[in-house]
Amino acid sequence: MTRTDDPVALNEWYAVASLDEPGAAPQTTRLLGEDIEIGPGGGVRSLATGEALRTCEKWGLLFASFGRPPRALFDIAEARETDRRFVPCGWITLRASGLRVVENFLDMAHFPFIHTGILGTEPHTEVPQYASEIRRDVDEVWATNCTFFQSQIAATETGGDFVHLTYRVPAPFVVMLYRVCPSAPDRLDAIALFLQPMEETLCRAIPLMWLVDTSSTHAELLRFEQVIFMQDRIVVENQRPLRLPLEPRHEIPTRADGSSVAYRRWLKEKGLRFGTTAGAEAAA
Amino acid sequence: MTRPVLWNYDLDDASYTVRLMASLAGVDVDLRAVDVYPGAEHHSPGYLARHPLGRVPLLEDGVVQLRQVPAMLTHLARTGPRGTGFLPADPVGTAAVEDWLAFAFRDWLALSAARSASIFGDGVDLDPLRAAAIAALRVAEDRLVAQSLLGSGFVAGSAASVADIALFPGFALSRDSNIDHDAFPALRNWARRIRALEGFVTMPGIPDYH
Ligand SMILES: [Fe+2]
Repeated sequence: MTRTDDPVALNEWYAVASLDEPGAAPQTTRLLGEDIEIGPGGGVRSLATGEALRTCEKWGLLFASFGRPPRALFDIAEARETDRRFVPCGWITLRASGLRVVENFLDMAHFPFIHTGILGTEPHTEVPQYASEIRRDVDEVWATNCTFFQSQIAATETGGDFVHLTYRVPAPFVVMLYRVCPSAPDRLDAIALFLQPMEETLCRAIPLMWLVDTSSTHAELLRFEQVIFMQDRIVVENQRPLRLPLEPRHEIPTRADGSSVAYRRWLKEKGLRFGTTAGAEAAA
Repeated sequence: MTRPVLWNYDLDDASYTVRLMASLAGVDVDLRAVDVYPGAEHHSPGYLARHPLGRVPLLEDGVVQLRQVPAMLTHLARTGPRGTGFLPADPVGTAAVEDWLAFAFRDWLALSAARSASIFGDGVDLDPLRAAAIAALRVAEDRLVAQSLLGSGFVAGSAASVADIALFPGFALSRDSNIDHDAFPALRNWARRIRALEGFVTMPGIPDYH
């Protein structure tokens, strides 16, 4: 494997490690096709060229970039609220493009079929109308006013109800979900999923959650998220192609995949190739 | 009477084996979630006091404290209202079950290793792990083909035994390691028979549909 030459991908920040992980010995991992080494002090260098990568630290994660990110990392306001439970969920590896993982995260239509009894239940399969947009001022994709009938929307809840969700894609390989908190309806739980694109069709993902929940144990909160994520892992690994196609799809878009259409269009406008079917053609 | 307590982790295949056996045998267990990843709670002093080997699962049933999965499976089969069918009474059947149970906790662990590396691995070379897993699957596939010629649908006889339950998660979860089930038709049919058993439950990674 060699490093991609996709400038759009190279100039992004990527989470590559949890800050509580780096021990005395350096650890190796892969980013955009190249092996990198994370030193005990949090320094990151390429194992192919020896050069140091730009790094920054936020939310307990170490971020690195091969290039020159045009802007600093985005903000998560909820992460600054001190009364929240911070739950980093651990890294999971997936054999798929990280972009596929983001797209799956945005999709509500699969809830009753894949997260049966947790995030959805048949016959409540309809995705009510919602709005999705590319916000030019912040250069992010948002999907707002999303509602869905869920049978168990959070670790604290046992009964089913409509959840109110907002989705945000602040960077090509990061996706967030804001959920009206069942135990405090005036606040939003925030969940972010950070992807580390290792190869075109291999990535690692770490979910971080900032929750208002005061009653669940840490293990229960982790369990809830990890079970859902492992269910998604099967779906994402079995999608073909493993890379994300950016061309308008042959199917007529339904309301349910409005956020997917906006996400793909946004990536295409950026000219991103890594992890897309365009990247496969460029490599061939 | 207090219910048995199972200290377990949802994503762990060995924990699932015990949850599955308990459910099939009709034993209600109290589940305690252990934050194995990322919290490494199984290495915490509190947990090590219960389980010095620092592993999940751990089964506590009154004075019985079990740390080894095969012992948990046979204990649940012996004590559950629907459990006795999983342990043959005759010497021939018992011998086959013990042989395949040993296989499940030795050679079959290659499947577990391949799965862990696929899910938690950090770019490790999966090919040798996957090759070892496939070699183990071939042995079980051949056995099930031979069994079907004798009119038996399970590894150690004509009824599902603790050995079948010990083997089921490794096969069912091998999709987590990108192993295609199409090459193993006898295992697929066998897995369908296990799914049809009363009390069958899944875990994340095993679709409810099939
Ligand atoms: Fe999902």
